[in-house]
Amino acid sequence: MSLLSIQLPGLNLKNPVMPASGCFGFGREFSQLYDLSRLGAIMVKATTPEPRFGNPTPRVAETSGGMLNAIGLQNPGLEKVFNEELPWLEQFDVPIIANIAGSTEDDYVKVAEQLSKAPNVHALELNISCPNVKTGGIAFGTDPEMAKALTRKVKEVSEVPVYVKLSPNVTDIVNIARAVEDGGADGLTMINTLLGMRIDLMTGQPILANKTGGLSGPSVKPVAIRMIYEVSQRVSIPIIGMGGIQSAEDVIEFFLAGASAAAVGTQNFVDPYICPKIIDELPEIIAKLGADHISELTGRSWKKNERLAYYRP
Amino acid sequence: MRQENCRIVSNRQIADNIFELVLDGDLSAEMTQAGQFVHVKVADGFDPLLRRPISIASINDGSFTIIYRRQGKGTSLLADKSTGITVDVLGPLGNGFPVDEAKPGQTAVLVGGGVGVPPMYELAKQLARKGVNVVSIIGFQSFSAVFYEKELAELGEVYVATVDGSYGRKGFVTDILDGLAVQADIVFACGPTPMLRAIENGNYAPKTYLSLEERMGCGIGACFACVCHTQDDPKGFSYKKVCSDGPVFQAGEVVI
Ligand SMILES: Cc1cc2nc3c(=O)[nH]c(=O)nc-3n(C[C@H](O)[C@H](O)[C@H](O)COP(=O)(O)OP(=O)(O)OC[C@H]3O[C@@H](n4cnc5c(N)ncnc54)[C@H](O)[C@@H]3O)c2cc1C
Ligand SMILES: Cc1cc2nc3c(=O)[nH]c(=O)nc-3n(C[C@H](O)[C@H](O)[C@H](O)COP(=O)(O)O)c2cc1C
Ligand code: FES
Repeated sequence: MSLLSIQLPGLNLKNPVMPASGCFGFGREFSQLYDLSRLGAIMVKATTPEPRFGNPTPRVAETSGGMLNAIGLQNPGLEKVFNEELPWLEQFDVPIIANIAGSTEDDYVKVAEQLSKAPNVHALELNISCPNVKTGGIAFGTDPEMAKALTRKVKEVSEVPVYVKLSPNVTDIVNIARAVEDGGADGLTMINTLLGMRIDLMTGQPILANKTGGLSGPSVKPVAIRMIYEVSQRVSIPIIGMGGIQSAEDVIEFFLAGASAAAVGTQNFVDPYICPKIIDELPEIIAKLGADHISELTGRSWKKNERLAYYRP
Repeated sequence: MRQENCRIVSNRQIADNIFELVLDGDLSAEMTQAGQFVHVKVADGFDPLLRRPISIASINDGSFTIIYRRQGKGTSLLADKSTGITVDVLGPLGNGFPVDEAKPGQTAVLVGGGVGVPPMYELAKQLARKGVNVVSIIGFQSFSAVFYEKELAELGEVYVATVDGSYGRKGFVTDILDGLAVQADIVFACGPTPMLRAIENGNYAPKTYLSLEERMGCGIGACFACVCHTQDDPKGFSYKKVCSDGPVFQAGEVVI
């Protein structure tokens, strides 16, 4: 198992595979299928200060090799997450990364301050990139100065390291990443969903009630790989990579691009056992690549050291 | 709830664009309630990506039956599958119809619209088995789309409505409900949302249970895609998930 263990700020992971925020709820459903202690970590659903109902339905639409969602950050609110969901997760030996969201800076600060006190929360993930809410969310994630200021504010109150989740809906992702690093972020998570839309031929209208939604799934993987490749060369904080991961090979590709851990989102809906499957399959692929430890693979696509063994699936 | 690669025993067309698929699998042993559904992965690759929710139409010994309408990409791929190959099924999911709410000797009226008919068949079997008087009202667009009239007739009285009048009574299932001679003790319904709304507003029985449809992501309650408001808090934060709290709700419970 040590082949897969990873140390990141705040996170002592037995393996680098974790479900991505919003694609795993607070773990209750998946706990009926397998032991959540097998996971490297769990990135739980975004939490806002007050409960949120989210957007009208339909909230999901399919695309070739992907899906659009416009859930709108539905969640039970800070008190319930702190008093019920996180304590329930304490029965599992797995660190929690709390995904926090809000409409104002004060919202983020309030949620960060409290959730970072939960005993099983080992890191925060600042969701400044949700494309499905009108205020907050993506507004913070597309403006480098706002992103930096927010990161700084949250860092001041958080008792655990802070990871910032970047939006791909920008022209210069490196710019935002560096601003966030300047703001004191301990790590980055990327990418969130890409803003997209689908129209129903029968009605001539958008399928989603919210009209637009966030694109995720295998079709976004090349975008995620490109962005992680660019950002990882220009920052010195670690990146948890996500966007279209479906297999252990995909996880390796994210590492080669520059990630230090990986999160699986949409694929949990397609195959609810995908995270433990990937964890089981990783050691063989790492061995085939001739590496002694998964962390050796981080950034190998741009680091100028010797080539890896030729990979045969 | 479990994932299993179930073998296709048969996959045949039973009406215009309607297919009946029988799957072999240990999963059937876990299926108990009529109205539960399975989440089917129709293709190995990633197009289409998501699973398709389909109701369980019949629970047999070691196998189960689903009935689906060939509608878009996913169900078309399913229709093309032949006997012997396996299909990736997650299930059984959700909470079905509360059969216990109908007492022996009482009259249960089952209303199915289009592909809302399939779960009614397993429900009719379970109710008839316990001595409940079953009356089925099934509605379709036209004669070519009618299915399972004979199967339901073996379990009780059946009335058919077609929108174009090509078979049975012309009109909607509610037109038949309005003129029904017997008094229902309980109504169970599955079908398009306008139909469910009309049944809820019609107050046809002291107790009414409705099976809802919503676009789903996970099908197990994790993604918040299929959430609806509750009627006692229509604009607030109370909610139910169609996939895991439903798909069956008592009339008056959620906003439809
Ligand atoms: C609990 C439940 C039980 C169902 N039971 C049956 C059944 O027994 N028989 C049957 O024929 N159909 C049933 N449906 C509807 C069935 O899921 C859709 O017809 C099917 O998913 C369409 O897939 P497609 O790829 O052919 O169509 P497309 O239109 O190409 O599908 C595109 C996307 O929309 C979703 N979608 C489309 N229509 C619906 C719908 N009506 N409800 C939910 N999602 C939809 C699909 O799942 C997919 O993600 C049920 C739906 C639910 C929620
Ligand atoms: C249904 C759904 C809900 C999501 N909710 C959140 C959320 O609450 N917070 C967040 O930071 N990201 C959320 N995301 C984004 C994912 O965490 C992830 O960044 C994105 O889906 C890309 O990964 P994937 O392609 O593997 O799904 C959501 C994604 C989906 C599909
Ligand atoms: S479909 Fe995911 S919560 Fe219902």
